[in-house]
Amino acid sequence: MRAGALPRLLISPSALLVLVCVYGFIAFTFYLSFTPSTLMPQYEWAGAVSYTRLLSLENWSVSLSNLQVFAGMYILCALALGLGLAILIDQKIRAESAFRSIFLYPMALSFIVTGTAWKWLLDPGVGLERTVHSLGWEGFSFSWIKDSDLAIYCVVIAAVWQTAGFVMAMFLAGLRGVDTEQINAARVDGAKAWQIYLRIVIPQLGPVFVSAFVILAHMAVKSYDLVIALTNGGPGRSTWLPSVFMYQYSFTRNEMAVGAASSVLMLLAIAAVVLPYLYSEMKKVKHGG
Amino acid sequence: MNKQLTSLALAAAMAMPAAAQQLSVEVVHWWTSGGEATALNVLKTNLEKQGVKWNDMPVAGGGGEAAMTAVRARVTSGNPPTTMQSMGYDIRDWAKQGVLADLNAVAAKEQWDKNVPQALQKFSKYDGKWIAVPVNIHSTNWVWANKDVLTKSGVTGDIKTWDEFIEAAKKVQKAGFVALAHGGQPWQEATVFDGIVLVTGGVDYYRKAFIELDAKALNSPTTLQVFQRMSQLRQLVDKDFSGRDWNVASGMVISGKAGFQIMGDWAKGEFLNAKKVPGTDFLCFRVPGSQGTVSFNSDQFAMFKLGGDKAAAQAKLASAIMDPAFQSAFNVVKGSVPARTDVPDAAFDACGKKGMKDLAEASAKNTLVGSIAHGHAVPASIKNAIYDVITRHFNGQLDDKKAVAELVAAVKN
Repeated sequence: MRAGALPRLLISPSALLVLVCVYGFIAFTFYLSFTPSTLMPQYEWAGAVSYTRLLSLENWSVSLSNLQVFAGMYILCALALGLGLAILIDQKIRAESAFRSIFLYPMALSFIVTGTAWKWLLDPGVGLERTVHSLGWEGFSFSWIKDSDLAIYCVVIAAVWQTAGFVMAMFLAGLRGVDTEQINAARVDGAKAWQIYLRIVIPQLGPVFVSAFVILAHMAVKSYDLVIALTNGGPGRSTWLPSVFMYQYSFTRNEMAVGAASSVLMLLAIAAVVLPYLYSEMKKVKHGG
Repeated sequence: MNKQLTSLALAAAMAMPAAAQQLSVEVVHWWTSGGEATALNVLKTNLEKQGVKWNDMPVAGGGGEAAMTAVRARVTSGNPPTTMQSMGYDIRDWAKQGVLADLNAVAAKEQWDKNVPQALQKFSKYDGKWIAVPVNIHSTNWVWANKDVLTKSGVTGDIKTWDEFIEAAKKVQKAGFVALAHGGQPWQEATVFDGIVLVTGGVDYYRKAFIELDAKALNSPTTLQVFQRMSQLRQLVDKDFSGRDWNVASGMVISGKAGFQIMGDWAKGEFLNAKKVPGTDFLCFRVPGSQGTVSFNSDQFAMFKLGGDKAAAQAKLASAIMDPAFQSAFNVVKGSVPARTDVPDAAFDACGKKGMKDLAEASAKNTLVGSIAHGHAVPASIKNAIYDVITRHFNGQLDDKKAVAELVAAVKN
């Protein structure tokens, strides 16, 4: 028995499972998108018919433009809020670990729970608006979730609430890794705290920014359960995302090939973000980091 | 190694169940709520009396989407259940795939052709073969009203036309109630749409535009008027209607917060569960102007192609579902009416009796049409495209004129 045979043996079942259940089914989906499948999978070749149909569907373009708004706002807000919280916590405050856990907690919930809780909070009939009314401020109005133009921002709010703490933890780890020599030198030169952060600390957090961006970007593309719990795609179709489109077309509209085509495009979108990142990480490992 | 394999094989063999000696049926459905489950139990007992074991496979959620997905996987892998609760064009979609059974032998013996309304047979038969067995007929062009609220608002007498209905609703609104209890979900808006299409264009227009998808009929002033009427209703709902479930909306009528709800007859179950009496506490009438026509949807059990003794059990199940006594018992609970026109109405309440009378009349006069909202007018893909337009219009994303243009485009897609 060579050294390393046992670990390989132990890993092989899960490797096999991943190979079949992940890569096998990716290949299956890819093939399905070139078939005329409707209610059930059919296996004759139909060429790129479902792709041309997909690209002509307004529901798809609406989903894409919603994703643009959602992903842009979500990534920006989560990064900004995460960095802000990390810097505040980094000020050697008391009870730091308590604050850290509080901000991290939302990450422990599933998106379904987050979505449902925020649905109630944002609902003018039971949530925030009603509470403020009952406190006596009658003119207060907050019904974004019922408004076609603003509902997508409600999804952003809930998603940011869920992940900002996690981004904070990443930045905090990054902050702790910054060279203290430089900071002390800057202090001696009489730099103010904000200057130190802006000129010295944040520029050194580049790799953390990249990791956080990759994680947030792929989360944005595959967001599904949050939307379903929060707005179910409504009002109208104003919070449809590609994932909602995929489920609708594959499983309720009996257009499996179109659904498969949309998931292939989503996979390509995620791959475009993640692959370069993985590649650069691999290179680092090869060169000894 | 060999030893291990043998013992493994042995263990596996022991774990295999003994071959079933008894006839059994496997029924996939999504009737998990109290009343529906009770009603289905009647069927279960009837079958077990005949020595057929009932394997219940409830898949909750989403009007059967989850069940559909589960069954799809099983059919694809060559292991279909005996039957699955199914609706309208979905059944035809299954039939197109060539996976459904042929029940003609039972149908001929029990004269289904004579007793099931012609309009419904379109979905129970495919290529001249019976493939599915209808359990009930629901209709969607109903209004449910709280009598007390109407009295307090000064609404008296029968409401016969659309304009009278709008007038009455405005009175209710003025009196400080919500005029129309409505949940802003695409299928609910489409359910309201069913009735308005019938009122505005009548049966012929309904068929031409929404079943034959005739572009000229769709692009006509009648369609514009349909959307104008939808806009009228938009003024009568409360501001928090978006995303509300239908039974919550029924609850608003039951509790006296709202005057009217336009909803299929499954809403009646909510009223009865709240111990309300038809005629005294609440009223049921056809969407004003659509009396004499019925837009229906029907729950059916689609039967999958099986062999041997499974097929024998399936035939027994089919005949048990079509049994008039069962049809009566089930539909009394469900709020719908029997899927055959020869069932006595003695056990039904006032709304149920009216529903049966309307159905028989519509079936005889050929004014019975499949519901647009519930997949009995067009296939799922077109139905959902129509949903998109209706719901965007109702939510103010399209004006009346644009909605007509979008509808024509959506149906083409």
